[in-house]
Amino acid sequence: MAELKYDDNGRLIFTEEMRKEYTILVPQMAPFHFEYLVDAFNSEGYNAELLRTTDYELIHEGMKYSHNDICVPAMLVIGQFIDAIKKKGIDKHKVALIITQTGGGCRASNYIALLRKALKKAQLDFVPVISLNANGFEENPGFKLSPRLFHKLHEGIVFGDLMMGLVHQTRPYEKEKGAVNALKATIDEELKEYFNHRKLFTWKKSKKRIQDIIRRFSALDLDKTPKPKVGIVGEIYVKFSPLGNNHLEETLEKEGVQVVVPPLYDFFLYSFDSRAHDIRRYGGPRKERLVLKALLWYIEVRRGKVRKLMRKAGFETPISYKALKSLIDGFIDVGTHTGEGWLLTAEMVDLIKHDAPNIVCTQPFGCLPNHIAGKGMFKKLKKRFPHSNIVAIDYDTSASEINQVNRINLMVSNAFRNFEKGNSQ
Amino acid sequence: MDKLRVGIDIGSTTIKVVVIDKDDAIIYKTYDRHMSSITQSMKTMFEALEERFSNETMHFNFTGSAGLRLAKNIGAQFTQEVISATTALRTSAPDIDVCVELGGEDAKIMFFDGANVEQRMNGTCAGGTGAFIDQMASLLDTDAAGVNELAKDFNKLHDIASRCGVFAKSDIQPLLNQGASKNDIAASIYQAIVNQTVAGLSQGRKINGKVAFLGGPLTFSSELRKRFIETLGLEDVFMPQNGEIFVAYGAALEATETPLAINTIIERIKAYRKKTNGKSRKTLEPLFKDDQERKAFLKRHAEASLDTVDINAYSGNAYLGIDAGSTTTKLILIGENNEILHEYYTHNRGNPLDVVKRALKAMYGKLHDGILVKKAFSTGYGEELIKHAFHLDGSEVETICHFNAARFFNPRVSFVVDIGGQDMKCFKVEDGLISSIVLNEACSSGCGSFIETFSESLGYEIKDFAQMALAGKNPVDLGSRCTVFMNSSVKQAQSEAAATEDISAGLAISVVKNALYKVIRAHDVTEEYGTEILVQGGTFKNDAVLRAFEKETGVEVTRPNIAGLMGAFGAALLAKEAALPDNHSEVLDLEGLENFQYKAKAAVCRKCENLCGLTVNIFGDGKRYISGNRCEKGAGFAKTYDAVPNLYLYKYNKLMEYQPSEDKTYKATVGIPLVLNMYENLPFWQPFFDALNVRTVLSDRSSKKLYESGQDTIPSDTICYPAKLVHGHMENLYEKNPDFIFYPNMPYNFEEKSHSDNHYNCPVVAHYPEVVEANMDHLELEKFIQPYVSLSNKKKFVETAHLILKDYVDVSKRDIKKAFDIGLESYFDFRKDVQREGEAALQYAMENDLNTIVFAGRPYHIDPEVNHGIPKLIRSLNVVLLSEDSINHLADQNAVKVLDQWTYHTRLYDAAKVITTLDRVNMVQLVSFGCGLDAITSDEIKDILEDAGKLYTQIKIDEISNLGAVNIRLRSLLSAMNKEAKKHGRA
Repeated sequence: MAELKYDDNGRLIFTEEMRKEYTILVPQMAPFHFEYLVDAFNSEGYNAELLRTTDYELIHEGMKYSHNDICVPAMLVIGQFIDAIKKKGIDKHKVALIITQTGGGCRASNYIALLRKALKKAQLDFVPVISLNANGFEENPGFKLSPRLFHKLHEGIVFGDLMMGLVHQTRPYEKEKGAVNALKATIDEELKEYFNHRKLFTWKKSKKRIQDIIRRFSALDLDKTPKPKVGIVGEIYVKFSPLGNNHLEETLEKEGVQVVVPPLYDFFLYSFDSRAHDIRRYGGPRKERLVLKALLWYIEVRRGKVRKLMRKAGFETPISYKALKSLIDGFIDVGTHTGEGWLLTAEMVDLIKHDAPNIVCTQPFGCLPNHIAGKGMFKKLKKRFPHSNIVAIDYDTSASEINQVNRINLMVSNAFRNFEKGNSQ
Repeated sequence: MDKLRVGIDIGSTTIKVVVIDKDDAIIYKTYDRHMSSITQSMKTMFEALEERFSNETMHFNFTGSAGLRLAKNIGAQFTQEVISATTALRTSAPDIDVCVELGGEDAKIMFFDGANVEQRMNGTCAGGTGAFIDQMASLLDTDAAGVNELAKDFNKLHDIASRCGVFAKSDIQPLLNQGASKNDIAASIYQAIVNQTVAGLSQGRKINGKVAFLGGPLTFSSELRKRFIETLGLEDVFMPQNGEIFVAYGAALEATETPLAINTIIERIKAYRKKTNGKSRKTLEPLFKDDQERKAFLKRHAEASLDTVDINAYSGNAYLGIDAGSTTTKLILIGENNEILHEYYTHNRGNPLDVVKRALKAMYGKLHDGILVKKAFSTGYGEELIKHAFHLDGSEVETICHFNAARFFNPRVSFVVDIGGQDMKCFKVEDGLISSIVLNEACSSGCGSFIETFSESLGYEIKDFAQMALAGKNPVDLGSRCTVFMNSSVKQAQSEAAATEDISAGLAISVVKNALYKVIRAHDVTEEYGTEILVQGGTFKNDAVLRAFEKETGVEVTRPNIAGLMGAFGAALLAKEAALPDNHSEVLDLEGLENFQYKAKAAVCRKCENLCGLTVNIFGDGKRYISGNRCEKGAGFAKTYDAVPNLYLYKYNKLMEYQPSEDKTYKATVGIPLVLNMYENLPFWQPFFDALNVRTVLSDRSSKKLYESGQDTIPSDTICYPAKLVHGHMENLYEKNPDFIFYPNMPYNFEEKSHSDNHYNCPVVAHYPEVVEANMDHLELEKFIQPYVSLSNKKKFVETAHLILKDYVDVSKRDIKKAFDIGLESYFDFRKDVQREGEAALQYAMENDLNTIVFAGRPYHIDPEVNHGIPKLIRSLNVVLLSEDSINHLADQNAVKVLDQWTYHTRLYDAAKVITTLDRVNMVQLVSFGCGLDAITSDEIKDILEDAGKLYTQIKIDEISNLGAVNIRLRSLLSAMNKEAKKHGRA
């Protein structure tokens, strides 16, 4: 059994021995992406397992072990972990947790500390917690974000964004109910193998795979009668996680609209870029800035190629990161980058300009950054784009669903009315 | 359309039905309260419809928040209520500019702009409008119509927090207890609704032109309309006929789908009802598995009891305790052996003086010559008022009284949980001393009285309602955040046809979860607080709450049979302790009571800028008792504590010294709003601009009025009060017309400590200028500059500042460099001065043997409008007050457990670490409502303090300006500090 080792600050570290023996539990934060990311981890010699639980009890565990005023993502992630350790029948002495840490000026950066506190309260403080970050916080001998792993995660996000775009553009129009989900399931199964592959794939191989996926989605039998489009933006966890947003995508699709969710990758690019931006504006290591910029360039080139393939097959694609960034001119400064910061505003402008003026802006109850870049920008957006139709929804483990549904319903009703007006003109 | 159209509006409390003919004329309408049983009411309503129209085929359309799920389940058409209202308005009054609609629990505003309509609904937090008035009405012992009557005749508006019902309630209760006039309170309730609607929903758009008023409250309450009209300065107001059914009318107009026979709908509702069968989606375990378990439970709790003796059979000394609580008044008279001679428990229903008078009279009615009342003590919210009015012999803060009573029942008691009407109080007991006190924050209070108000609104006696819960088979999960959320959760459960007993059980469980997870925040109660648990307070008289508590904690607890009277009992015990052999109580005798008269008068104290709203009670004997004051000056006492060091007051005055000099000629003027981080950085900016020959103009001191002048441009109603105040300061600055206005974005602060992980400002402090620019575009924004700067890199600062300032004033880079150095020096001088002053204050406290409290907040908490004058209150208690940034420099360099990346927070942690080494120094954390970051800091500070055996106290502040609750918290803390000091052999 692996020995428990601590660093100088008393933090339990994840050792090389643990890497061999332990299962790393990963919270489900974005269903389109995390399946691939976990497989990517495993191909690099880790034993990671994605937590797919959504049952109600985990919310209770979260409440029990975290501050009630903390935002809902932290509460749910903590609840999901503890619930899993307690219930899964796995050896709790052979399990570790992993969580992302962006390091921005938002309280989300503190999830990891809250998680450790919760574990201590639950008498599980022998469970190591790994921080997944690009800032060099908290190093662990048994876990390294190696270039290989980094590249594989990169692929995972690219594929996740691709699948998300394809599914959202086809599912509302499928003639045979369930066809899209079935296709996605088949492809996911194939991709499991793809991501579990130890060797890195060349672009040529990736490209072939992407083309194949796009081709299969193109081949679906669809009824292309247009539907109004509704965008989902907001705090990163509640934007993507069905557990966090009460299955918002599903709710909206049931109302008969097409959902548009801006890609996950932009958030990571934005995080790297923010760091680079601060170095330029307030000073800092020049070299780091150059590395970040190079990284941004590399990723964008890859994404650009995928976008091209999608467009060729007649699918809509997200705009480039650079184009997205230029949209905020006159709205908010690029220096606003706590939480989702200017990216949130940019995504709303992008949606409005690209045919989806109807938007659900999601945030945890009491989310500070969204006071600025979300709700704080509504007035400007409405003034510039009078036809925009934005609703802000606060998420919270105790919030009543009917209140949320009622507000979403108002937005959707207006979406349909505007859509019909637009069609009749 | 030939067929008749029916609109059915199911709101949170009512069902409205309208039938219209082909000319859109109303031929039938009903308006009923559904008493939470929607499917039942629907049945009755449809039967009436059938009676009138037999089985006619019509177009049905549902609307309203509670109608959505029902309509979906029975396959009927549904139109969102705001859309319905819009359609109805378009039809009956096409020239409307703005529509304000208040419903049972929703508030909506629609702005009409040609073909465009902008619709807004309140967020999930701002709930409580119609239902809120109902709740407030029951506090005033009247109904909604009664509130309107009362409001017709008012003199003075009190500040009542407008954020949400719970906050307002904790403002109103103390007002009532202090004897403020009901007329004034009624009007103030309406004003609070107006403020809430304007602040929460207008978001930068002015409500003017022709305004329509919709919904029950605005239709029925003329005075509420008046408050709207006066506040907004409206001239043209439209009130539709049938305003209460207007939305249903809109739904009828929108009814287009395939017509159905009335019977078909009735059948479908029946089928739906059968399907749901009283079972709601999120359900919990029942309180009891079976009848046996229930009987065992009831038997066990019959045991902890205090004997009651026949008062006529008793003769000897007696001791009186009166607990003037927030919602109830309790009185108990005990004998020499602590036996109960007489008890009294009643709802305040308004003025506590009248209630206590009645209670005392009732007691005197039972007394006989053989009984001598030796001493009488009061406690609770109204302790001081009662003591003065009825000449009691003493009073004690309620927490101490409760502790005394609890110890009586179980000398080994390790943990006391008291849930009253408004307050939850929990104490941990170690070595016979209260070692930690947990009081609920204002936002979760009201839980006990919430059950009561709720049962009343359903038409049940609280007793019966509580009993029903014991039989609940599938208790509804109502969440635990706050009562407004609970309200909407209940609404959801109702629409899913949950049984009332399940709702009642769900409420009981929610109250317990609130206490455990929100207030006590225990993961394992027995481990942290021991197994000797005593529960008390009126709410625990409810067996369902008691059971839920035991189930949730897994401990069998003690509930004394006088669970609701424990405060009074504790006071009586103290009275007994204080009794001397030779004298008897001064309490008014029967004759004195008969002649007892009082007059309550509102006044404003003008002795300082706080302008406290006072209530002056003048008693029959000419004595006066003043409440509402923050400091000793308002109460008219001669003794003052000006010499007691108070860093909050010191810092504020010091900041005010950063002014331009009178005899200098300046090239330009710059306006600086005194908000958020300016309370920290002004000592930099003022000298900086001065060195550039620019005169600084500051916005005025914060006030409620200043806040209100900017409240209609606040985009987010859940943001903290310090941020909301920015809008008022900006309005104020523009009035002063400086050449330009400077308010920078500052994501980063100084790195003050090497151990911190980063040095951010919080997102709101960092970027609020962006919100100003995006939402206050009625101002001259060309004059507004909001650069992104950091003071920790001179080179970058100079570049940015030069680029931006050169357009407004003639400066070179060199000038800026020089000015930067001057500013920085001044800033550090300021910091050092505050630190010196902090050390001197500690010295003073030691030399004069005084208690010291460190207020752990943020720089902007020194704003008296934000801290509500609490620092002055502390000074009047003869306590030294320090700020977190006056002692943080004394801390070591060790790291804390959380990611420590906000400069202001690092100071909090450091200050906490410092006081763990100091005697007679305790910390009180000031937390602004809505501060997400403090969810992290408060936990960490609590850990630091409690690991060192220190108490942790938190005060949550918002727009609230009433200090009753704060007073109790502070006095409890001081009482514990004094006891601790005594234990260590000091005075």
